[in-house]
Amino acid sequence: MSGLIGRTAVELAQALANREVSSREATQAHLDRIAAVDGSVHAFLHVDAEGALAAADAVDARRAAGEQLPTLAGVPVAVKDVLVTQGLPTTAGSRILQGWVPPYDATVVRKLRAAGLPILGKTNMDEFAMGSSTEHSAYGPTHNPWDLDRIPGGSGGGSAAALASYQAPLSIGSDTGGSIRQPAAVTGTVGVKPTYGGVSRYGVIALASSLDQVGPCARTVLDTALLHEVIGGHDPADSTSLAEPMPDIVGAARLGATGDLTGVRIGVVRELSGEGYQDGVRTRFEESLDLLRASGAEIVEVSCPNFPYALAAYYLILPSEASSNLARFDAMRYGLRVDDGAGTVERVMGATRAVGFGDEVKRRIILGTYALSAGYYDAYYGSAQKVRTLIQRDFDAAFTQVDVLVSPTAPTTAFRLGEKLDDPLAMYLNDVATIPANLAGVPGMSLPAGLAEDGLPVGFQILAPARADDRLYLVGAALETALESRWGGPLLSRVPNLTEVAR
Amino acid sequence: MSSISRDDVARLAQLARIDLAETELDRLAGQLTAIVDAVAQVSQVATRDVQATSHPLPLTNVFRADVVHPPLGQQAALAAAPAAEDGRFRVPQIMGEEP
Repeated sequence: MSGLIGRTAVELAQALANREVSSREATQAHLDRIAAVDGSVHAFLHVDAEGALAAADAVDARRAAGEQLPTLAGVPVAVKDVLVTQGLPTTAGSRILQGWVPPYDATVVRKLRAAGLPILGKTNMDEFAMGSSTEHSAYGPTHNPWDLDRIPGGSGGGSAAALASYQAPLSIGSDTGGSIRQPAAVTGTVGVKPTYGGVSRYGVIALASSLDQVGPCARTVLDTALLHEVIGGHDPADSTSLAEPMPDIVGAARLGATGDLTGVRIGVVRELSGEGYQDGVRTRFEESLDLLRASGAEIVEVSCPNFPYALAAYYLILPSEASSNLARFDAMRYGLRVDDGAGTVERVMGATRAVGFGDEVKRRIILGTYALSAGYYDAYYGSAQKVRTLIQRDFDAAFTQVDVLVSPTAPTTAFRLGEKLDDPLAMYLNDVATIPANLAGVPGMSLPAGLAEDGLPVGFQILAPARADDRLYLVGAALETALESRWGGPLLSRVPNLTEVAR
Repeated sequence: MSSISRDDVARLAQLARIDLAETELDRLAGQLTAIVDAVAQVSQVATRDVQATSHPLPLTNVFRADVVHPPLGQQAALAAAPAAEDGRFRVPQIMGEEP
């Protein structure tokens, strides 16, 4: 991709700092691209051209006045519609929030604005982040730029597809069971789920509070690190926010890019490979391991015997927490209200939630209500919490042997839109490799490992101990360097050209 | 394994305050039975000696300094309300009539 939209965030930031390009030009170029291609991709639910250009002009004025600005000042960003934005519609992909304009900014959004990143708009997602395909958005699915008939992953398919179709150089996602990493994998982009508590969740519409984490998405590992640095850090408004300073993730990404991993121990998770993983996914994964070995890393196999139970535990814990969190959509203070005038509050809630929630959300709320109900609590929710302990012990044991763990991010490449809509269990299997990290709160990254035999991107997942997010960037950057030197350029240089609609 | 009946779904839906159509009750009963069967495997390893974990990282309670902050203004708080009156949320009747 040529022109301003083809540049990485680092390249754009450099050009902005050197005054070769203005933020208005960079922002307008992306708005033009959105206008030209988002009709076929549908990455955005709302585009804020006016607000983005105003923010760009403000950065340009400050720069012209000689002010020292943060590194990414003037580089535009797209924000997943699960983060509230003052004055900008926020729906979380749900009909129940159609047209809602929040009265405040999420902390992450406030940090983006403070760092001078113009917000292009809000990206599409599965309703309340429940799904792996964006097909559960009340506003229609997002299409994968590699093949418009295929899913872009989910729930953050909009944020990933925006990157892969050059509609934004940076985007924000949220990851409860893989919603940053799996879309990154199937779109050939990079995404990081930080350590639980590493990025503020104030103003993030809650799905499952003990699992949710906001994180950065981009086209390169270094861009991801720079965005992570902007949004991370302690927030007194989030009681689960980590108080200690973040590790030097940007330094780690730069160090990793030199390609030397001498002394780094990498563990391949035995339970996250083999049966159920597409051949092309396994082949690309093995090739990446060879490159890491050639970079000086020591590769060993590690067993995490309880990982096969993670998916089941997750689909008890998540619906349970979601059924409680989504009780706030009560048709009283904001959002949709369906009221025929005759009913009580209880009747109005039932009618509103029937119309306002989609199938998957209803399914999970009912499942969660069941798992938490008297007589079943110990067998389901209680047991799931015990599995969580076992998963954490697996990670603890593994990280005494190795510095990072690796696996394919998703068992398959992007499937066709509609293919798994009627089979929720098949849909849930997409998250089999990403879920353990959420249950244990550890950080994870997905980066492109190449194309499978079907011509679609494969993701490589790296997992690190809690608070050691820098290791993701060290290893990720080294692998990216090795892969791109083999490919002769970034994987996304091979993404099909989208037809631009004349404006 | 456990099976979730149509009546179970209806009762759960009432607890969750979601009116479900007849067709939804049938479909969900089948889907939820399949899902619950699959997730019930957690009991295979969740033995008595394993402690439950509710949260990924240890948490301590957080307090802020007892300083007054300007709250969200009344207008802003009510701006998105489905109905408001005299600076308050207007809600439907709370209690039903006695039969």
